[in-house]
Amino acid sequence: MKCIAWLLCAVAWAQVPYDRILNAAKEPGSWLTYSGNYQGHRFSPLNQVTPSNVAGLHVKWAYQFDSPRTETSPIVADGVMYVTGPNMAAALDLHTGRELWKWSRPIPKDYQSIGYGHVNRGPAILDDKLFVATLDCYLIALDLKSGAERWSARVEDYKPGYSMTLAPLAIKGKVLVGVSGGEAGIRGFVDAYEAASGKRSWRFYTIPAPGEPGSETWPHDGKYKDSWRTGGGSTWVTGSYDPDTNLVYWGIGNPGPDWNPDSRPGDNLYTCSLVALDGDTGALKWHFQFTPHDSHDWDSTHVPVLYEAEVRGVKRKLVAVANRNAFYYVLDRSTGEFVAGRAYSKQTWAKGLDDRGRPMVLPNTEPSAEGTIVWPNLNGATVWFSPSYSPVTSLFYVSVREIGSIYYKREADYKPGTFFAGGGEAPIPNTERTGAIRALEVSTGKQRWEFPLHSASWSGVLSTAGGLVFSGTNDGYVFALDAGSGKPLWNFQSGGPVLSNPISFSLDGKQCIAIASDRVLYVFGL
Amino acid sequence: MPKWVLLLTLAMTASAQVPDAATGKKIFESQCALCHGQTGTGGRGPSLNRSKLAHAPDDEALAKVIAQGIPPEMPGSWQLNPREVLSLILYVRSLGAIPSEKLPGDPVRGEQVYQSKGCAGCHIINGKGEGFGPELSAIGARRNGAHLRQVILHPAAALPEDFVYVAAVTEAGTVRGIRVNEDSFTIQIKDSLGRFHSLVKSELKDLKKLRGETPMPSFEGALSAAELDDLVAYLASLKGKS
Repeated sequence: MKCIAWLLCAVAWAQVPYDRILNAAKEPGSWLTYSGNYQGHRFSPLNQVTPSNVAGLHVKWAYQFDSPRTETSPIVADGVMYVTGPNMAAALDLHTGRELWKWSRPIPKDYQSIGYGHVNRGPAILDDKLFVATLDCYLIALDLKSGAERWSARVEDYKPGYSMTLAPLAIKGKVLVGVSGGEAGIRGFVDAYEAASGKRSWRFYTIPAPGEPGSETWPHDGKYKDSWRTGGGSTWVTGSYDPDTNLVYWGIGNPGPDWNPDSRPGDNLYTCSLVALDGDTGALKWHFQFTPHDSHDWDSTHVPVLYEAEVRGVKRKLVAVANRNAFYYVLDRSTGEFVAGRAYSKQTWAKGLDDRGRPMVLPNTEPSAEGTIVWPNLNGATVWFSPSYSPVTSLFYVSVREIGSIYYKREADYKPGTFFAGGGEAPIPNTERTGAIRALEVSTGKQRWEFPLHSASWSGVLSTAGGLVFSGTNDGYVFALDAGSGKPLWNFQSGGPVLSNPISFSLDGKQCIAIASDRVLYVFGL
Repeated sequence: MPKWVLLLTLAMTASAQVPDAATGKKIFESQCALCHGQTGTGGRGPSLNRSKLAHAPDDEALAKVIAQGIPPEMPGSWQLNPREVLSLILYVRSLGAIPSEKLPGDPVRGEQVYQSKGCAGCHIINGKGEGFGPELSAIGARRNGAHLRQVILHPAAALPEDFVYVAAVTEAGTVRGIRVNEDSFTIQIKDSLGRFHSLVKSELKDLKKLRGETPMPSFEGALSAAELDDLVAYLASLKGKS
């Protein structure tokens, strides 16, 4: 018996080298990176839970967090589940959910969340370490076996408004993070740190300094010459990675101040863009800007979905993004060239996209002192929670928010560590604020089916090789749909809002689904 | 002035960004007046021209209400910067100088009108009455006289936020009533007798949202001018627990 226990223990603390994450599809029982694979698919190759047996899903165990509104997307490796909360991480026994270790770091008393909650969206794993990004803007490496701190790196000073809520992205030898703070007048960046030592390898600033490429899209003389210094461009959602080309794909947030663009005439690169960065150096390979000169807080902070398909008879490497601005885009991921795009949700701000994917903006859609009604609202047609791509159905699944808003423009006074928003929004009285899970053809964005949601959700989507799509609702449901038709097949009332991304893994060779609901993480199995 | 406001005011003064009621007035007129009335005398939201506000006994509480709202009816305005919040507070407090609404009717006679016209068949006041109409024990703290008058005469034109009259068609028949709660999979309905029904949407033959409709009849022509004044005065006098 002792021998068996020792063996289990040895398995539990195996290492997770880069090659295991690279070949995640070969061990579908694990979940080794934020989106399940580097391509951002949030797709599980497991196929034991199917439309015919999903009705039998039930709770195997639950884990209760100290803090509410949990957004974590767990990592599962070698019999252990790793979860995070704000400035907290824990290793859980995969059979019971009991803690194997727990780590926490005090949140400084003068820390402020400017424009978002006290949340964390998950850890990253590489070799013998777990990586956690903290609200007070440190990247922490924890010992996989004990939870002890191996190193910590100060990413930036939290006092002017920098923070981190995202799951880091671990690639070969490096750990990448981005920052929140787009409503506090930060200058955003993507950072890479040596996984072994915590030493910073590179930084890519999302707002170019005067003289750098892209700086021509910001004013550099007159009273607004310093607007780039507070230009925003946060990077608060985990990117994707193409190991073949060593390119990292990362979404960039809105320009600041959000709703008053008077101080920043120009396109304001690289805000509201997708950037492709060299994994070794952080050098910019290309960019594509979805919303030039944004004035609605439409961050382009989404998980980019990497896939390959034939375009007019030629096989191409592509990246798909369902954007907060209500348009769906397909780009060539080698060059950033626009391939296809269309609206996937109600929008009233653009006539459409031109041949190069630039929006044809309608007049009188900017925020105003008296209020301007525009769809979508500031949270967009979708936001940080993950979409899913199934290579089985070739469909892109996205949770859509159908809400319009009255946008207001106000003065914008920059003061470090305070709101630098220049306005805001108010709900349109007596209008529907609904949502939907939509299945889009991946290469066109054309809608194949939708499952309507009573309220706009804050939960991401998981698709599986078993032919299912999992997600959650604000009103507490975790549910499964048929991946081919959208037909609802199973639901569970969890008792709290589901504001997180689902994952799938195997326990003793049997497929499970995990998702957090408010302060509880549930694991479901047959 | 509370210490909290004083400190913030000093900080703002130091950076030459002094809050002022004129800025607050601009924000109020564009963002708050839709419910609270252009001069704060109320409407679909409560009047603010009073010395004490129920949810905001001090400026710190008022700042919190402005930032976070009062769900589900009042949205928060978390995007306002501290100077804008202070400006709005200054303006809202200045509304206290506006005289309170003078209503011509007699609330005692109004209560008799309320009883004689059968209002208690749908509404509850201080535990008396039954049915699916809104509870009215504190309606006078939430709505002004002009709004109450409009609701009595044209109820469908002044429906509360999120009010939906529904008809759910089941195998056994149609359940008609007010939506109490709804999610993506189920709906809970209160019928005219005050009974609750919990229904699974996928099992319904049809679910009609009767938007813009209300079971409350118009009392236009059913009340004399004096009766209407009295009924409005009675409802406006209902301020809830003292």
